[in-house]
Amino acid sequence: MDSGRSDGASKRRKMPTAVKVLIAGGFGAGKTTMVGAVSETKPLRTEEILTDQGVGIDDLSGVEAKDTTTVAMDFGRITISDDYVLYLFGTPGQRRFWFVWDELSLGALGAVVLADTRRLADCFPSVDYFERRGTPFIVAVNCFEGARRFELDEVRMALKINEEIPMLLCDARKRNSGKQVLITLVQHAMATNAKKRAEGATAH
Amino acid sequence: MSPEEFPEEERWVDDEAGPVVRPYVMTYGRTQPTRGRFDLISLVVSIRRPPAAEAGLHPEHIKIIRLCRDPMSVAEIAAHLDLPAGTIRVLIGDLLDRRYVEVQAPPAPRPNMHDEQLYKAVLDGLRAL
Repeated sequence: MDSGRSDGASKRRKMPTAVKVLIAGGFGAGKTTMVGAVSETKPLRTEEILTDQGVGIDDLSGVEAKDTTTVAMDFGRITISDDYVLYLFGTPGQRRFWFVWDELSLGALGAVVLADTRRLADCFPSVDYFERRGTPFIVAVNCFEGARRFELDEVRMALKINEEIPMLLCDARKRNSGKQVLITLVQHAMATNAKKRAEGATAH
Repeated sequence: MSPEEFPEEERWVDDEAGPVVRPYVMTYGRTQPTRGRFDLISLVVSIRRPPAAEAGLHPEHIKIIRLCRDPMSVAEIAAHLDLPAGTIRVLIGDLLDRRYVEVQAPPAPRPNMHDEQLYKAVLDGLRAL
């Protein structure tokens, strides 16, 4: 859809194209920290109110009794150029809010799953989700001070991550580290996209 | 229910109405915009000056028009106005109906269907950060 161009808006003003990347992972894995470190402003927060309509589709145990529930998402913006704006969304708490995840991952370039080696299992649901959905993702292992240093291979085995999925160590507080994580993700998403296209082409 | 059915003197939009009730009052109880459902990263841009006052438009409508002199996403507008995204979607629908703003949806809402050029542009931009 391109409602801007269809009614002559481009003559007045060229709108940039907005794209998004998701930052997922368990509670306290550093999602908002990473969003803030690479964004041009401090993380912003937006809320979605889920009404009855959104409830009952997936596992929303614990919220059935409520008519509405509010989900907060932290996000940031990186102005890439006059033509592109990149938004980074920290995904809200897992399990209860798949409804919001579905909306966030729709059209997303890809996702970063932040892993905290102190609680590796916390990122299982994110990995499962993006695998099932076919969203390109990478795993970034956030190196917390005082946490045991894992070898990436150990983490890969523990999480049962396919060899094709890039993994890297990062420091979510550092802009350069976050930037490297995003570059790795976009390269991976681009390669995945090219591969799917090639497969699609040979199928015809 | 059209906004015009509400007389101007109905002042339910004050802060006293409380943080929970307020977003619903502002949208006259509507939870869905008049057309479609805008994505969180749909970009909104103002195409004409905000009116000093206009029947059916709340101060929040005016704030959105002012905020969107440069294109801004639904999520950002919601964050800046400190209102739920759903409320902002309804208000944007009103502004679109009245031709105060234009809205551009993000490209291809399907995974893995972006074009090569988009990835390259994003990569170049990230490297230049």
